[in-house]
Amino acid sequence: MSDKVDHSKRRWLFTATAAAGGVAAAGAGAPFVLSLMPSERAKAAGAPVEVDIGAITPGTMISIEWQGKPVWIVHRTKQMLDLLPKNNADLADPASSVPQQPAYCNNPNRSIKPEILVVLGICTHLGCSPTFRPEVAPPDLGEKWSGGWFCPCHGSRFDLAARVFKGVPAPTNLIIPPHKYLSDTKLLVGDDDTGGAA
Amino acid sequence: MMNLATKLVGWIDQRFPLVSTVKAHVTEYYAPKNFNFWYFFGSLALLVLVIQIVSGIFLTMNYKPDALFAFASVEYIMRDVQWGWLLRYIHSTGASMFFVVIYLHMFRGLMYGSYRNPRELLWIVGMILYLALMAEAFMGYLLPWGQMSFWGAQVIINLFSSVPVIGPDLAILIRGDYVVSDITLNRFFALHVIAIPLVLVLIVVAHLVALHHVGSNNPDGVEIKKYKDANGNPLDGIPFHPYYTVKDGVGAVGFLIVFCAVLFFAPDMGGYFLEYNNFVPANPMKTPEHIAPVWYFTPYYAILRAVPPMFGSQFPGVVAMGVATVIFFFLPWLDRGKVKSIRYRGPIYKAFLALFVVSFVGLGWLGLMPATPTYTVISRVLAVIYFAFFLLMPWYTKVDKCKPEPDRVTFK
Amino acid sequence: MRALKIVCLTLLLAAMPVAATASGAAAHLDKAPVNLQDMASLQRGAKLFTSRCLACHGAVSMRYNRLKDIGMSDEEIKKKLELPDDVKVGSTMQAAMDPNSAKLAYGVAPPDLSVISRSRSADWLYTYLRSFHTDKTRASGWNNTVFPNVGMPHVMADLQGELELKTENQGGHELKKLVLVNPGSLKPAEYDAAVADLTNYLVFMGEPAKMVRYQLGMVVLGFLLVLFVLLFTLKKELWKDIH
Repeated sequence: MSDKVDHSKRRWLFTATAAAGGVAAAGAGAPFVLSLMPSERAKAAGAPVEVDIGAITPGTMISIEWQGKPVWIVHRTKQMLDLLPKNNADLADPASSVPQQPAYCNNPNRSIKPEILVVLGICTHLGCSPTFRPEVAPPDLGEKWSGGWFCPCHGSRFDLAARVFKGVPAPTNLIIPPHKYLSDTKLLVGDDDTGGAA
Repeated sequence: MMNLATKLVGWIDQRFPLVSTVKAHVTEYYAPKNFNFWYFFGSLALLVLVIQIVSGIFLTMNYKPDALFAFASVEYIMRDVQWGWLLRYIHSTGASMFFVVIYLHMFRGLMYGSYRNPRELLWIVGMILYLALMAEAFMGYLLPWGQMSFWGAQVIINLFSSVPVIGPDLAILIRGDYVVSDITLNRFFALHVIAIPLVLVLIVVAHLVALHHVGSNNPDGVEIKKYKDANGNPLDGIPFHPYYTVKDGVGAVGFLIVFCAVLFFAPDMGGYFLEYNNFVPANPMKTPEHIAPVWYFTPYYAILRAVPPMFGSQFPGVVAMGVATVIFFFLPWLDRGKVKSIRYRGPIYKAFLALFVVSFVGLGWLGLMPATPTYTVISRVLAVIYFAFFLLMPWYTKVDKCKPEPDRVTFK
Repeated sequence: MRALKIVCLTLLLAAMPVAATASGAAAHLDKAPVNLQDMASLQRGAKLFTSRCLACHGAVSMRYNRLKDIGMSDEEIKKKLELPDDVKVGSTMQAAMDPNSAKLAYGVAPPDLSVISRSRSADWLYTYLRSFHTDKTRASGWNNTVFPNVGMPHVMADLQGELELKTENQGGHELKKLVLVNPGSLKPAEYDAAVADLTNYLVFMGEPAKMVRYQLGMVVLGFLLVLFVLLFTLKKELWKDIH
């Protein structure tokens, strides 16, 4: 019964132990949380994809898979490109001021080479994949249609530079993923040496 | 701040017995003050249970219960999932450490007579937990779908087919197939991941409720509730919090040091915790040269092998194995000793307990060995000792010369 | 009481080494010089593995880009290991030969080697890969003293040369010995070193995270010791209340 309680020592010890215990708990929790991040398999599947674009007929598109998502590569004809400015008045963001594309694609055609458009085929509304409708003025899309994409889910419309029209549910233009040319006909989707702003 | 917290607690307390529950089980649960080293293993078992559940949940997110993909999905966890190797080793080390802790916890019960009146039901609930844990471990061991997973399950399930009359159908019912297959793997996964863990958690709660109802035993084996102070609290009892929370905390960190030493430096423990042959994918066409169960099952496996086939059936061995596990349930009524704790028992009980430990460890070792004639003879001798410990208990505990128990617990 | 504790511990400790050798094989195994920190050796082993073993065996759990752990960049992996154009650095190591034709050719499907060093020991692999000898009774023309009647032919015979199993009589004892009868492009010591590199690589591939595990383990144990001392001191302090 002789020893007295040293309250300040107790408080100090308790604080130190609680702090160390907190660090231990955080350290133990970290690997569990990190294990939820993409695995090496997911990273490998999401790795940049090489595409041979030499064989795409002008006026058509191909669809490839990158990070499990569809990426469209469209070979636009001269005529298609000429029609693009005509849409400007009806577009929500004709000058692509919302950063939905890397800086090198922030131009009227939204592409590196004017005729080749690389775009992520996912509607910016709720994630459906829109349908390619390259024809001009089909009966169901109206007289003003000069080619583009129509989203079957909620009726969003995009032109052949993947820019969104006014008055549709989708709020922004479609995303242009980072990409670069390895050669004249070889395209790498998913990497542009800049860390990719997409 | 404080005011708000008090108000919140008050609000909850009107609708849920929060404060009274915390008081009854933590801050005002009076535990004997003379707990020693052996009393760490109860809280450690709870710690390992939490470790296994948490690591198990994260493994389940990446594992595939499919005979075609199971083996590869474990390697996927080991390599491709970020920190997956750590999660997997935590779980595999935890499985073995669970049994280390539980066996020491049970041995504590044997030493200090923790199964005796008024704790019979507490002991029985604990034994049910032990059996559930064995089932959990057995089913979990199939999941990596290696050679040892497959052939271990094959052998153990075949034990059921030796049951007279219904045996063969029973084995088919368990497997859902004529051999251990994808179907078996799938159902063992369901049982391992959801069914048995639910049961385990519920019984653990029952175990704790029963413990806090009758009060903890202690190394002296005397009841602290006999002597109470003016407030009705046991004179030799101390509040669980903060005294035992901090003491069990020391035990927990000490245990984690051992746990991490194994986990980081010897996760396969020389082939005991992760068997080498289990790094070969399951192959129903080829049995490995030497198969043995994981170490925590080997005492019973040795007993199984020690019993020779009778009437052309392996069934007697299976019965012996079953009895060897179930016989623990009867301890409260087999023990006729005047005292509970080994501290005041006579030499006969101590000798029998020592022999029992020798037989249990010896059988565990023999269960890992190939069954040579010499080993079989030793197994038989040890199995007889194992059963003698229980069956002769009513006699030797009664004739043993006990020392007088103290009135109150001893505390230095 | 005390005696009981001692008995338990002694028994447990006694059981350890005996059981560890229980799975010991019949043949004598040479000690493999494994060193997971020798990046140059691991890289040479990786090169040997991809050029020789991957022809028939896969290592389907191993990704090429995991070789960054042994100091290889993506470019080096592509160039030094001569990856075909359609194989990406993020791909897993697939066998060149498909398993069915391999099974037809050798009688058994060549096992996947991802975790071979965990089921077979490093010593076993090191000895096995140096113990092929000619045997006219076998369809492949090869046999092995560590793995009798193995289905695999000696795929590194051009390096090691041809060995023959000869019986010598030494003081009444029949001794079987492997004798080099037809030298290969490497000297025996060079071949042993090459197999050591390959074994080293196989051990790395069995558990690529092993070195990380050791390093992290030291940190964790060190931290837990600090926590233990703190908690122990706190416990001592609080338990001063109890008399």
